[in-house]
Amino acid sequence: MTQQTQTSLEGNILPTSIAQVGIIARYEILNYFRSRRFFILLAITLLISGLLTFAIAYEGDSIAGSPPQALPFYATYWGFASNLIVVFCAVFFGGDAISGEFQNKTGYFLVGNPIRRSSIYVGKWIAALTASLIMMGVFTVICLGNGFYWIGTSIPTQFVEAISFTLIYLVAALGFTFFFSSLFKSSSFSILVTVVLLLFGFSLIDTVVTNLIHVEPWFTLSYGSGIISNVFTIPYPQHITTVSFGGGGRGPTLTEYIPTIPEGLIIMVIYFALTAILGLLLFERKEFN
Amino acid sequence: MPSLEAVNLTKNYGKFVALSNLSLKIEGSKCVGFLGPNGAGKTTTLKLFTDMIRPSQGKALINGISVHENKRLALEHCGSLIESPEIYPSFTPKEALSMIAEIRGVPHDVREKRIEEAIAEVKMEDWKDKKVGKFSKGMKQRINIASSLLSEPDILLLDEPTTGLDPRGMSEVRDIVKSLKKRNRLIFMSSHLLPEVSDVCDEVAMIDHGKLLVYDTLSNVTTKFSGDGNSSIVEIGLARALDDSFPIGSISSITGVVSVDKMDSRNLRIKFSGGLEKQETLLSDLAAMKIGMISFRASGSALEDTYLNLIKDTL
Repeated sequence: MTQQTQTSLEGNILPTSIAQVGIIARYEILNYFRSRRFFILLAITLLISGLLTFAIAYEGDSIAGSPPQALPFYATYWGFASNLIVVFCAVFFGGDAISGEFQNKTGYFLVGNPIRRSSIYVGKWIAALTASLIMMGVFTVICLGNGFYWIGTSIPTQFVEAISFTLIYLVAALGFTFFFSSLFKSSSFSILVTVVLLLFGFSLIDTVVTNLIHVEPWFTLSYGSGIISNVFTIPYPQHITTVSFGGGGRGPTLTEYIPTIPEGLIIMVIYFALTAILGLLLFERKEFN
Repeated sequence: MPSLEAVNLTKNYGKFVALSNLSLKIEGSKCVGFLGPNGAGKTTTLKLFTDMIRPSQGKALINGISVHENKRLALEHCGSLIESPEIYPSFTPKEALSMIAEIRGVPHDVREKRIEEAIAEVKMEDWKDKKVGKFSKGMKQRINIASSLLSEPDILLLDEPTTGLDPRGMSEVRDIVKSLKKRNRLIFMSSHLLPEVSDVCDEVAMIDHGKLLVYDTLSNVTTKFSGDGNSSIVEIGLARALDDSFPIGSISSITGVVSVDKMDSRNLRIKFSGGLEKQETLLSDLAAMKIGMISFRASGSALEDTYLNLIKDTL
């Protein structure tokens, strides 16, 4: 992006493209804070956190052991719901971020100004990430609050790793939803496609590819994000596990693939890089007609 | 000097040609009306000038800078209003305009003042802190107009700017455009309202089926293409109602005058031949007759006549 600053005849000083990214992000965040969807997702996050808190309070022994152990506690709390909250954030904040500009004609208000489309795209992406981080922050605080209450202040390193992996998954999932949002002009269609893929589609592909074709599903985002819950297992699960049924090892076999941590990270980073670049290119080429 | 230039500008949608080799150069401080039937290519042209769509061929230049090669620089001095944009419903007019002012780099120390002035110019002071989501189409259009004026651009591209406005709003927008002309701005404005174009524009460009038919001054276009092709029409307004003593016969006998028709009790339509030179002498002759003439302008109906002669059908 150009770093130049230009002074106009009217005394205006055109901000750099990077500064314009910040302006778009700031106003998008303001728009999110006033939107119904932000508060709906906040309510969903609080509901999920509340249900988990309730479950820990009443079934604490079976979940975290007796006396309660940090690792099973965080594995259950974080591993159970963080993926779901990431998917909700990506869909709520990214699902129609770009398509909405076309469908609602709000893009006409922005695009005719001296601003690159890439600045609009990146600014909106940063705003969606910020809104999502607020949700993740709320969930993390409630999770830690429960942990401190039941177990004490010791935090296992696996939990810190899981939070880091979740943030990378969030970045990748937002890149993915922004891509579909750029691909379609209809908000509802782009939201529907991302919801189906992130909630069910990828998991279904994982199952089918693993069990029927016996291939490691390294090409799905959900497979890569598996490291978030797997990191709580000590030792870390084997990459490939094959179980034979009968026949002294000659019967039918079932293979389970578990992504290694580097593999999971690479999958998520590549997903982000590819979908972000493709989404941006699509938005650059897309016409307001 | 502000300028807009289309160089062989072409836009195809598959086999459909929305704009065909448009070459047009507009320079200086003036208002140019952009006329044509529905689907003629007017909005397509304006969208090409604002990077909303990309040309299949050719270039759109603003102040000599290609919009598609250097959008930021090209649009820096250009405000636009294309197809009645929507504003985030949760924003107030002040917030929406503040965002545009920041994007356009309006200095912080004058930003608030410029926003207030732009809001005042479109008469939305009482609504400046209310959410846009509750606004009518006309109110949103006023904010859109304010947004295009905010950075005090040299060039304004307006796509049917009075769409959705009530008669008072339309009149106010026309006044805004007229005041911008006095402030050395170049305004390129598409419209279906021929009296509006006659009222505010100095020049007209007509387009049909994606092709430019004519671009010239309003007077030249109406002289060349209205009626029999050799006559023009002016409308004059009178301070007093017409009565039997009014010297219609004297006006009819002025050299070049073809006919004088009474439009109503205070307005006359005078058809004459001889182009702009004759129009000038006609004005001075009428003024010398002291008939109580309070206005003199090229007739909107002459433009309509021209339009209908040049554009034979609509989509």
